[in-house]
Amino acid sequence: MFIFRVLPLALIAALMTDGADAAGPKLGQAAGDIEIAVVDIDIAPDGDGLPKGKGTVADGVEVYMEKCASCHGSRGEGGSASALTGGIGSLTTNAPVKTVGSYWPYATALFDYVRRAMPYDKPMTLTNDETWAVTTYVLWLNGVIGRTDVMNAQTLPKVRMPNRDGFIDGRDGRPK
Amino acid sequence: MAWPRFDAASDDTPAAGGGLLTRRAFLKGAAALGAGAAISVEAADAHLTGALPSQKAPGRSFSGYGQPSAFEKDVQRTIVELYGATAPGNGQSFTPLHLLRGIITPSGLHFERHHHGVAEIDPKQHRLFVHGLVKHPLKFTVDRLLRYPMVTRTLFLECARNSSRNAQPEPVQATCGELHGLVSCSEWTGVPLGILLEEAGIDAKAKWVVAQGADAASLTRSIPIDPAMDDAIVALWQNGERLRPEQGYPMRLVLPGLESCIGVKWLHRVKVTDVPAYSREEVAEGADLLPEGKSRLFHFAMGVKSVITQPSPGWSLHGRGFYEIAGLAWSGADRIAKVEISADGGKTWAPAELQEPVLSKSFTRFRLAWNWNGAPAVLMSRATDQRGQTQPARTAWLQQYGAGQRRHYNAVQAWQVESDGTLRNVHL
Repeated sequence: MFIFRVLPLALIAALMTDGADAAGPKLGQAAGDIEIAVVDIDIAPDGDGLPKGKGTVADGVEVYMEKCASCHGSRGEGGSASALTGGIGSLTTNAPVKTVGSYWPYATALFDYVRRAMPYDKPMTLTNDETWAVTTYVLWLNGVIGRTDVMNAQTLPKVRMPNRDGFIDGRDGRPK
Repeated sequence: MAWPRFDAASDDTPAAGGGLLTRRAFLKGAAALGAGAAISVEAADAHLTGALPSQKAPGRSFSGYGQPSAFEKDVQRTIVELYGATAPGNGQSFTPLHLLRGIITPSGLHFERHHHGVAEIDPKQHRLFVHGLVKHPLKFTVDRLLRYPMVTRTLFLECARNSSRNAQPEPVQATCGELHGLVSCSEWTGVPLGILLEEAGIDAKAKWVVAQGADAASLTRSIPIDPAMDDAIVALWQNGERLRPEQGYPMRLVLPGLESCIGVKWLHRVKVTDVPAYSREEVAEGADLLPEGKSRLFHFAMGVKSVITQPSPGWSLHGRGFYEIAGLAWSGADRIAKVEISADGGKTWAPAELQEPVLSKSFTRFRLAWNWNGAPAVLMSRATDQRGQTQPARTAWLQQYGAGQRRHYNAVQAWQVESDGTLRNVHL
């Protein structure tokens, strides 16, 4: 008899501690704008998400040589890590070389990736300014932009990547 | 490693060329094995003579978490690091498919693909954000997610680059697991992502979700809204226990039948969008190369596929006679409908027995009896799913793609059996 009296009380107590949510779903808590802003780091192809700031080739050389060149080579030719340049004309061969210049359709992905994942041993340490600088330098290394071009939230999405028209949407008519 | 053989029986019914037998014949062959050896010992205290060491002293005590037998220490994943010391956490480890039976991959042997190593995450600090084109941006603690209604499904996960070495012109000599082991099958339990998206209230413009991990890659992949709403799982449990760190502890996405590359581990946020991110991972790694040089993006569905795991390279046959051929079949579209086996390089085929349960988007185990006559043979398996899709021959698969294509390889595998009982990979 004792057990029957205690169990319901325990259940009631458990329910009361989270009364606002009640039982069952809808247990997510409202996420505030600032909370979202600090984790919402991906960059869309139209540039949505790009921060303020700008990069130049001159700024980029410095950051690149200090933080990138030891693995990717001083001109992006590759080393212990993948090449960032070259590979144009290789996509139909048995050994395609997919680089920023030969493959990537949108320059925005370069900013996105460098900022969240590079350098390999210290990701998420580059400032926005450093990321703008490296992005600009790597695009210039690939011959995609000129030496005096400035990359910012307005210009980067407009950069025409060489393989921009090289992709089709696989959700339609894919091989079985 | 020697593959078990049964001596048998001459009046067996062939199912196809090369010694493939009907299941009934195999059982008869196995039964014959039991006859013969009869020992007669009437000496006093014979039990003392026959007692085994394990029968003569108590075994070791209990353990908080059991481990495999010490005799199974060689059953390991094969690790391939892509950039060596430059990026030790970027690579894969392959499930030793040829050393396992059944359809569930032990959690500690599930294949791995990491870009920036295995994140170690304190679940108390972890949050899952659902935001973007939603009415109510939400965050979830692990404790709160654990209170949600859960679904459990047995599902394979396969890396899109699995079996890619078979796309190379010359056959690579490696074990079955090293060739095909970027696929594993687990019982996954978690919260349907669609419930969380509905609670956040997705906008009518929503076409994609961009998922991001909390690992050092902040790995970012785009997933069409339909699978995200329909059957995606925020998995918290694997094979009855919480996820292993290598599988994304405390939570990962599992997308039934789709390439595991988009099943983001250490899941940190899901952003509802109207366009894909075109992230480095989905562009540079996630596109198919087509013959004319174009690339196909967002080809996520895994094709129908099978492979003979026993015998396969890594095993050897010891003498002519009966063996059980066994393997795995799976399809990203549906259940497996049939698996055919050939022992003569594809001239004749016999249906394999499918071991129940046969589940949609899961491994299915198949097997068939085989009386090897000791001569060179070529073993092949060919799966068909309930949608009528059949695994292609290698030449047909190659024709769909550019020469450098290394994704979504699902062609029929051929194992050459040599007369000395060894096996090797061949292209047919």
